[in-house]
Amino acid sequence: MMAAWVRNSANIMINRFKSKMGSLGMTNFSSWSSSFTRTFPVVPASCAQNLRIPVGDFSNSPAHFRFCSYRFESGKAETLSDDGDANQVLDLPEGKVKFSYELSFISESAEERECCYRVLDENGKQILPSSYVEVSPELSVKMYSEMVMLQTMDNIFYEAQRQGRISFYVTTAGEEAINIASAAALAFDDIVLPQYREPGVLLWRGFTLQEFANQCFGNKADYGKGRQMPIHYGSNKHNYFTISSTIATQLPQAVGVAYSLKMDRKDACVVTYFGDGGTSEGDFHAALNFAAVTEAPVIFICRNNGWAISTPTSDQFRSDGVVVKGRAYGIRSIRVDGNDALAMYSAVSAAREMAVSEQRPILIEALTYRVGHHSTSDDSTKYRPVDEIERWKIERDPVTRFRKWIESNGWWSEKAEIEARNSARKQILHAIQEAEKVEKPPVADMFTDVYDCPPSNLLEQEKLLRETIKRHPQDYPSDVPV
Amino acid sequence: MLGIIRQKVGAGCSSAMLQRIRPVASVCRSYSSSAKEMTVRDALNSALDEEMSADPKVFLMGEEVGEYQGAYKISKGLLDKYGPDRVLDTPITEAGFTGIGVGAAYYGLKPVVEFMTFNFSMQAIDHIINSAAKSNYMSASQINVPIVFRGPNGAAAGVGAQHSQCYAAWFAAIPGLKVLTPYSSEDARGLLKAAIRDPDPVVFLENELLYGESFPVSAEVLDSSFCLPIGKAKIEREGKDITITAFSKMVGYALQAAEILAKEGISAEVINLRSIRPLDRATINTSVRKTNRLVTVEEGFPQHGVGAEICTSVVEESFGYLDAPVERIAGADVPMPYAANLERLALPQVEDIVRAAKRACYRSVPLAASA
Ligand SMILES: Cc1ncc(C[n+]2csc(CCOP(=O)(O)OP(=O)(O)O)c2C)c(N)n1
Ligand SMILES: [Mg+2]
Repeated sequence: MMAAWVRNSANIMINRFKSKMGSLGMTNFSSWSSSFTRTFPVVPASCAQNLRIPVGDFSNSPAHFRFCSYRFESGKAETLSDDGDANQVLDLPEGKVKFSYELSFISESAEERECCYRVLDENGKQILPSSYVEVSPELSVKMYSEMVMLQTMDNIFYEAQRQGRISFYVTTAGEEAINIASAAALAFDDIVLPQYREPGVLLWRGFTLQEFANQCFGNKADYGKGRQMPIHYGSNKHNYFTISSTIATQLPQAVGVAYSLKMDRKDACVVTYFGDGGTSEGDFHAALNFAAVTEAPVIFICRNNGWAISTPTSDQFRSDGVVVKGRAYGIRSIRVDGNDALAMYSAVSAAREMAVSEQRPILIEALTYRVGHHSTSDDSTKYRPVDEIERWKIERDPVTRFRKWIESNGWWSEKAEIEARNSARKQILHAIQEAEKVEKPPVADMFTDVYDCPPSNLLEQEKLLRETIKRHPQDYPSDVPV
Repeated sequence: MLGIIRQKVGAGCSSAMLQRIRPVASVCRSYSSSAKEMTVRDALNSALDEEMSADPKVFLMGEEVGEYQGAYKISKGLLDKYGPDRVLDTPITEAGFTGIGVGAAYYGLKPVVEFMTFNFSMQAIDHIINSAAKSNYMSASQINVPIVFRGPNGAAAGVGAQHSQCYAAWFAAIPGLKVLTPYSSEDARGLLKAAIRDPDPVVFLENELLYGESFPVSAEVLDSSFCLPIGKAKIEREGKDITITAFSKMVGYALQAAEILAKEGISAEVINLRSIRPLDRATINTSVRKTNRLVTVEEGFPQHGVGAEICTSVVEESFGYLDAPVERIAGADVPMPYAANLERLALPQVEDIVRAAKRACYRSVPLAASA
């Protein structure tokens, strides 16, 4: 199966390039599909492969643009001189650049927007002939069940916040396929640096509902010892970094983690998630640039859900989304229908294979829509039309689409659906009740972990606090163990 | 340096110097004054070299640290010795490589991140404060961050406001960070080694003007196992009439002032803080209880400065022992001017320290301003 899907994924790319290359001529992708393991230290990117990549692709542009297009064949710079004008190149440290005799600027946008890879149509029908990575019936059902679980968890935790039982919550509504399908395509050893709208990845890795609930209720059993606001999950044993509130900081950090994997020659990669809004931070650009330069095995997954709180993507960037930024940094990239679980699974599988075996970064832009409010502190109907939300919620729901596909394959039924939803609901309600019963973290936990080992000033503070509590017990919460 | 006298200091020495993770708190160093000389630059370079050779997880990254051997040649020879995987030349993106360093530290490496100057760490301060300093706590020790941020801090000479600021008080305000300020070659070697071995994030503030200065170093300091405790100040010169606290370059000024004061019969005790966070309150207060007078010296701005914190500590713990108001000497409360004459006026000078000490000892008429 492995070999088959590698070839499949390569074919997708070949077809895409062929159709876009037009008169640019023959390509040779053979070295691509034969996956090879690179030894460390790595060779520079320029000799890593012998494939022709059309760098300036303006085959559909006016004539003067077309002449600007050039081919780049690493290691064979002399083939640049197709026109017999061998000296007419600029020899730069990073390679040769051909001259053009037209006064022409590179267009700010391509004639057509980058395509979006999809396997299932809106009704869950497989579009033929689409190439994709095969998913077994068992895996498909597991993926669907986890999407149901994620949806149910979101609904119940959201309600718990409305009832004042927790202070804050963020839902994943509309982005369940990105969460679950990407997680399913990864290996457990792959390290995840999340933003905050990816609890499904942790769910997929076996973080229990009780563990989710413990974090949101900030009780003694929370791995974060109740120190972070709800939804800032983190678990070492699931290779899932503790969520950081500051947008995009996880991106350069992911490159750092990937660099660490690379130094240790690990057979794993790093996967980092972020929103469309996150791409405006300097960290995003630094991360992409560094990832390319250090040849770090890292997959950047952008959930382009159209909104960053109340800021639409049109105010966020004027490029053709996020996918086109990959090339500017020398990173292989793909745009995927984020509401198509099968497309998402295929893209991440192929990306992972390339990231690990070729030691390179990959950028994935998943197009989707944030169906819920930004968070429980937001009312999104104030800044976006309700029918836009409804259209995505009803017509384009990724969970329903995947359900239709597994049903059409005979792997799922109405009965299974009812059972799965009832069971999910029961388990989550139970987890919440249990989490509420567990006592809050003790006073001592306030002072530990500021440093590896507490210095004298903290020990003094702790002593002082305990003495004060003893003197004025009525002023301190009774449910915090002293 | 004019007539710096290095004294044998303090209580019992510890034998636990080889301890890798937690340098013990009660170590002191003594050595004879006939020892070899070493520049601060060589002290930093040798400390980096030794720690890189001792621990393959240690690596250096920053702008110009490799091929160029560091903007101030602190990483001289390291690229040749350890290769480009461990001595990384980065693009000019402080926020980027600091984040990458933090990520690498999250996942088991021990990065030493060089800022060309700490002024440029402002580009990256979010990673230092919100990620490096807090992750161990927020993750309940699931993620620890053994990283060192180092580079020149404070005023150099004639480089203007955006290259001449002391960030000691900034970083020292943050729980989760440790902040070290070496003065001599002994400090530079012992504290940098301690910083690299420490499991927590350490901000290591060097001073460009000290790089070329030579200090005597003992055989013990030159030993590769040498390491200084974090959080422990050093009494550079013992005295009984007044305590002067200083860090980094100002320690040299304080010692010069002490020499001048000695000629006038005032015996000044000079404390080299070495560690701004944790601050060695015990050593400071013990000294003040003995001398009953205090002058604090720093190059940074006065408001919310290191001196302010020391004053508070002494007011809280030793108020009854004070025989005179605490004198606080700091940089002028303006961005650093470029012109040499103005620059000199904006920074504490030896005479300022001498005058303040005399005022505290009631030997001169108070002045309107200390700088
Ligand atoms: C550095 C930083 N700036 C601003 C914020 C406030 N903030 C929180 S979420 C958010 C929007 C992020 O949008 P996006 O990256 O598209 O993710 P989405 O919420 O759509 O999943 C902003 C601006 C922050 N947390 N951190
Ligand atoms: Mg968004």
